Amino acid sequence: MASKTVWRTLQPRIPTPIRSQNAYRCFSCAVRHAQKEEQPSERTTSFGFETVAESIKQSKVSSVFTSVAPSYDTMNDLMSLTIHRHWKRQFVQLLDPGTPRGARPQTILDIAGGTGDIAFRLLDHATDLHADHASRVLVADINPAMLAAGRARAARSRYRDSGRLSFLEANAEDLRAAGVADASVDLYTTAFGPRNFTSLAAALREAYRVLKPGGVFAMLEFAKVGNPAFNRLYKMWSFGVIPLMGQVVAGDRESYAYLVESVERWKSQEEVAELVREAGFLVPGEKGWVDFTGGVVAVHRGVKP
Amino acid sequence: MAVTLKRSVLCLKHAQQIQQLPWTVPSLVTPRAFSILNRPPPNYDGHVPLTTIEKAALAAGSAVMSLLNPRRADLIAALGEATATPYFIYRLRDAMLSDPTGRRILRDRPRITSTTMSLERLRALPANTVGHEYAAWLDREGVSPDSRNTVKYIDEEECAYVMQRYRECHDFYHALTGLPVMVEGEIALKAFEFANTLLPMTGLSMFAVTRLKADERGRFWSTYLPWALENGLRAKEVINVYWEEELERDVGDLRSELGIEKPVDLRATRKMLRARRKAERAVASKLVLD
Repeated sequence: MASKTVWRTLQPRIPTPIRSQNAYRCFSCAVRHAQKEEQPSERTTSFGFETVAESIKQSKVSSVFTSVAPSYDTMNDLMSLTIHRHWKRQFVQLLDPGTPRGARPQTILDIAGGTGDIAFRLLDHATDLHADHASRVLVADINPAMLAAGRARAARSRYRDSGRLSFLEANAEDLRAAGVADASVDLYTTAFGPRNFTSLAAALREAYRVLKPGGVFAMLEFAKVGNPAFNRLYKMWSFGVIPLMGQVVAGDRESYAYLVESVERWKSQEEVAELVREAGFLVPGEKGWVDFTGGVVAVHRGVKP
Repeated sequence: MAVTLKRSVLCLKHAQQIQQLPWTVPSLVTPRAFSILNRPPPNYDGHVPLTTIEKAALAAGSAVMSLLNPRRADLIAALGEATATPYFIYRLRDAMLSDPTGRRILRDRPRITSTTMSLERLRALPANTVGHEYAAWLDREGVSPDSRNTVKYIDEEECAYVMQRYRECHDFYHALTGLPVMVEGEIALKAFEFANTLLPMTGLSMFAVTRLKADERGRFWSTYLPWALENGLRAKEVINVYWEEELERDVGDLRSELGIEKPVDLRATRKMLRARRKAERAVASKLVLD
């Protein structure tokens, strides 16, 4: 009978698996991912599938939107097959901006609203449905190229000399620096801005600060799709078709790959609703949000008590 | 009995684990059965692995859009990469491997950028050297060696370098043949490159003749296409020229070694024809007035 030690040496050696590589979805993040591992001390946040230091996310997002700005509206139509127009229309209808004549006009703050898609719809709704010619919209965006595109649109619109539409370069997480006073806004809207914020909680705190008591916070943003089959199709569209369109139409695959990756990494409806409650808002409805197109986008609303 | 059973189970587990280890499969033979949602890791910096359907869609989209807007160099680059596989880029790489200079290029992997090619030094070279002609051509046409996109869509790393080398040497081919950067000259050069390198994108660029004016088209069919085909087929593979070593060589010498004849100077021809047309119009208007 061989001794135990000899017996053990005769057992087949099973190789201990080396930690395997993550399955990369990010196209060129292999090298960058490795580089990012070397900065553990700084607070990090997500930039698409990359993890970057919080301090540099803002500049990276800025460069994405500066390059995307000129073809933004065309690409939106292509990427969503024009469904984004339906979403924005539904969003504005839910909010029902505008006050009838005699009541105090509303001040609406549209955050990350660069090209003015929501701002124009808000004004049109107020003017056409409520005969409200006094309510005004202040469009704030952190990116000057997006603001420039919005200003150009405004100059061609019916509001050009009305004084009802103004543009402000501002960071959603620090509106005080841009001069937005406490309790000065009746309606705070943002569409497709939050996933680009470095910290949604900070933006929500600022929203709470600038809204008047009784004011409404509303955000339209991408969310998680419930149905697994639809989700698969949606993902294949996002990761296959959209970057390809970015390359062919806009000449910029990377920026559009960032856009779809940031949607993938974004919070779920439950997480956002929780953050909205934590900021002090009263959240209406049983669920706390409204899904459009099966959860591709969701509207979160809150009222400042 | 129990011992043998245990050992067999352990051996099976061992075998299974080997199958699961992804790094035992070298990246060069990564199976193509991946999907959009499950892409393999990139093979080189900037690599974007595409499925066959995506490549086909990219080829179709970039072909149409670059025909509508030939200034979109990034789309022409994407078209080149999307259509280079399955066969053509491998053929080009093998052509490099079959030639001693080509093999050295593949080993050294030189890159042509404004930093590696000092334009001041090239301008200072005697006229009629390859380097001087290249710098003069860059200055005359107002282009820089830095304007080339990096290769993204070719899966094999060595073939990606071959494509990158082809793209960076394109300006040298301009200098070698003397063809200018206007659309007419580019199409003539693409015809030459098609006959020489056989890359599909160069052949597909022939559709751009539909964008030429009538007299330009006439010149293309009568002069430049026959020149391109004859010289491209007869010449040695231009991809195998180690340009960095040939900079001080006489251009005519290099041309005769490669077997290339310089075509009729396109810029001079157009200038002469324009001047002639202007003179004719002046005469005609004078006659009308009288």
